[in-house]
Amino acid sequence: MTCSRRQFLKDTATTTLAAALPVSTMVFLTPGELKAAVENKKTRWTFLVDTNKCVGCGMCVKACKLENEIPYDAPVTRTWVERYVITKDGEAHIDSPMGGRDGFIDDKIRDEVIDPKDITKAFFVPKLCNQCENAPCVQVCPVGATYQTEDGVVLIDRDWCIGCGYCIMACPYGVRFFHPVTKTADKCNFCYHRTSKGLEPACVQACAFDARKIGNLKDPDDPVAKTIATKRVAVLKDEYGTKPHVFYLGLDENVR
Amino acid sequence: MKNHVLRPLWLAIGLVLLIMVARHFMVPEDFGVHGDSFTYNYYRLSNVDEWKDFPVKYQGRERCSKCHEENFESISHSRHKKIQCENCHGPAAGHPREVKQLVIDRSREQCLRCHALLDYPNSRRGMMKGVVSEKHKRKFECSKCHNPHNPNLEDR
Amino acid sequence: MSPDLVVHGVEWTVKELFVYPNEFIYWSIQIVMYPYMTGLVAGAFVLSSLYHVFDQKGLKDIAQFSLVFSLALLPVAALPLLLHLQQPTRAMEPLLTPHFTSAIAAFGIVFTTYALIVVSEIWFVYRKYFVEQVQELKGKSGIANTMTRLLYQVLTMGAYDVSDEAIAVDNKAAKILAGVGIPVACFLHGYAGFIFGSVKANALWMSPLMPVIFIMSAVVSGIALCMLTYIIIMEWQAFRNRRSADKSVQIHGAEKAVVFEAGRYLLGFLVAAITLEMLDLIFRGYTAMKSWDILRSVMYGKDFFNIFILQYTLGNLVPFILLLLPKLTIKRTVVALILILFGVFMMRWNVVIGGQAFSLSFSGYMHYHIPIIPHSMETFKEGLFGALTVIAIPFVLFSIINKFVPSLRSH
Repeated sequence: MTCSRRQFLKDTATTTLAAALPVSTMVFLTPGELKAAVENKKTRWTFLVDTNKCVGCGMCVKACKLENEIPYDAPVTRTWVERYVITKDGEAHIDSPMGGRDGFIDDKIRDEVIDPKDITKAFFVPKLCNQCENAPCVQVCPVGATYQTEDGVVLIDRDWCIGCGYCIMACPYGVRFFHPVTKTADKCNFCYHRTSKGLEPACVQACAFDARKIGNLKDPDDPVAKTIATKRVAVLKDEYGTKPHVFYLGLDENVR
Repeated sequence: MKNHVLRPLWLAIGLVLLIMVARHFMVPEDFGVHGDSFTYNYYRLSNVDEWKDFPVKYQGRERCSKCHEENFESISHSRHKKIQCENCHGPAAGHPREVKQLVIDRSREQCLRCHALLDYPNSRRGMMKGVVSEKHKRKFECSKCHNPHNPNLEDR
Repeated sequence: MSPDLVVHGVEWTVKELFVYPNEFIYWSIQIVMYPYMTGLVAGAFVLSSLYHVFDQKGLKDIAQFSLVFSLALLPVAALPLLLHLQQPTRAMEPLLTPHFTSAIAAFGIVFTTYALIVVSEIWFVYRKYFVEQVQELKGKSGIANTMTRLLYQVLTMGAYDVSDEAIAVDNKAAKILAGVGIPVACFLHGYAGFIFGSVKANALWMSPLMPVIFIMSAVVSGIALCMLTYIIIMEWQAFRNRRSADKSVQIHGAEKAVVFEAGRYLLGFLVAAITLEMLDLIFRGYTAMKSWDILRSVMYGKDFFNIFILQYTLGNLVPFILLLLPKLTIKRTVVALILILFGVFMMRWNVVIGGQAFSLSFSGYMHYHIPIIPHSMETFKEGLFGALTVIAIPFVLFSIINKFVPSLRSH
């Protein structure tokens, strides 16, 4: 009896070890290796949003949906614009009807009328995929259907995605959704088909107020890289450790 | 005598082999780690090119200016000079060959995107010239009075 | 609605206040079913192992049954995941290109390993029976007999040695497998907890306690289901026996000793599960991180009834008292078991649906309305009837398996 119990313990230990094996396949780089690897790359696409300039016209959302073939009337979108109206009582009234696709032409927020006299500040915040350096969505994909390209953009393989939705759950920014036609996960990719041809993303081109800009963080002469280096910029939800690469000018503490 | 104990094990090994064979035939050849880390760079390489080949729809005003020089000229002296042609005329992919005529968005809602009055302090929107749509010539398209390519009424 | 506007989640999600445009309840009833069914599998196996490994003789009858029952539950642990996939035809990809930094990637491997262990153990336990059946059917003619004999021949895998030494080897192998199976069963389920616990974006899910809580409540629900099914089947057989004219066979119904013995283990695991859940809750309230405001408004407000009345009171406290009060009867045990099964289901519900009840913006809420009457494949799969299908299948499977691998013979 004692013998078989020892045998049991031994087997238990072996199995536990065997089960832990897959973990060892993860590649851990030392900080030095990682730095060298990143520095060798020529391009790191980065976005700059100036919330001071945005007027909430929503042309970026419209252009994005048409450019990227996201069904126009579906309630999902790769980029969206949020409206923040802060009143004297300190409350933040936030909305983004249809992702701001049709702009903000009504002063009501979810049918609530806000007296202009009560407003202390109000602003618009465009949102899009942050193309995180430590993308949690990529980490959790069980089949390698989403990944980071050499130039820092996270793409989704529509022919390999199984549609489990784990990446959607893992993104703290809520940028991912299921594409109604392809039935796979979808999100902004900085218009990869445009940037790789030397064009600006559709939303950047459509913005008449220079609120949206794209640049290459690796290029010291790039205007966006210069702004990020010299101005006071912020990112969204950095407490998640995702290292987002969409930088914001004029970000307010109320922004979620 | 102990021989039969291993039979379930052979079954297990057979199953693993089956998966290995399936992997050989079903995993695309270019699937693997293409980059520094298994965490972020494990993917099918050809997918990058598939995305690069995604069709471009918005062409940009420089392309428009090649044929529509006059209109391009007129708007570039107006306060609307920063607005892309395709924001109102629609994406120009396939124009003029497959798509003869682009559909122009002349709706009031299109203009109201910027010019609906929102009295927001400290916001660029609050500085825009705005109207309360319900109280401003409700029945007409804006372009009846305001030329989108040169919206200043004084300049007409 | 035109087909290209059918966005996954819109059908059953109602938004309140500010929610990001792309946020919907993407993980719905099938993802509630997945940890629930996996938990039942793991729990059933642990119960059977208590006898095989730790020599808990009082559990012998129920151990045999719960081993076979865990086989019937196995396919159903994977079914909810399959039903939930947007691309179900690609379901084998986690085995083809497993991305091991994802908790889901190992599912296929852990699940297959576990399935092999369960099947092998059953084979060792029942090999003698298979051989006997083959020999018994050898002389008999008729297609049905031939087919059954062929099936049993396949089941023996060609191992006909039933000498005492060979059977001793079988027993030893079954014991080892039962031992190995416990950590694997816990791994299978603990990692279902890891799938949720490791999502840092979700304020409710992210907790290192999640896997342990999942294992504990898995064992609770697994034992409860095995006991319940065991009691029902045994009582049913006794009932039929009393009705029938043949008095030569005596069937007594569920053995009180067996049921109460298993009930003691159930109580132990139940205490562990509740303690951990309370620890988690207290910790969240005390540390009061950024997300606590919205979490509190969900837990103590919108989901109060689901969490504190249905899950903790009705699903945990009431059965706890029922099982502890003196003069325990089989009837009272049945009521307690049903409540416990319901309580664990509500726990899964409150984790999966509750975790999506608030927006990532912490400024709005989402309400889940489960589709009742299906009007499309999606509303069937991710609706009430999809869930009921998943619940029904193990019982159908068990009734089939039990015809060939009788687990309810009295010893």
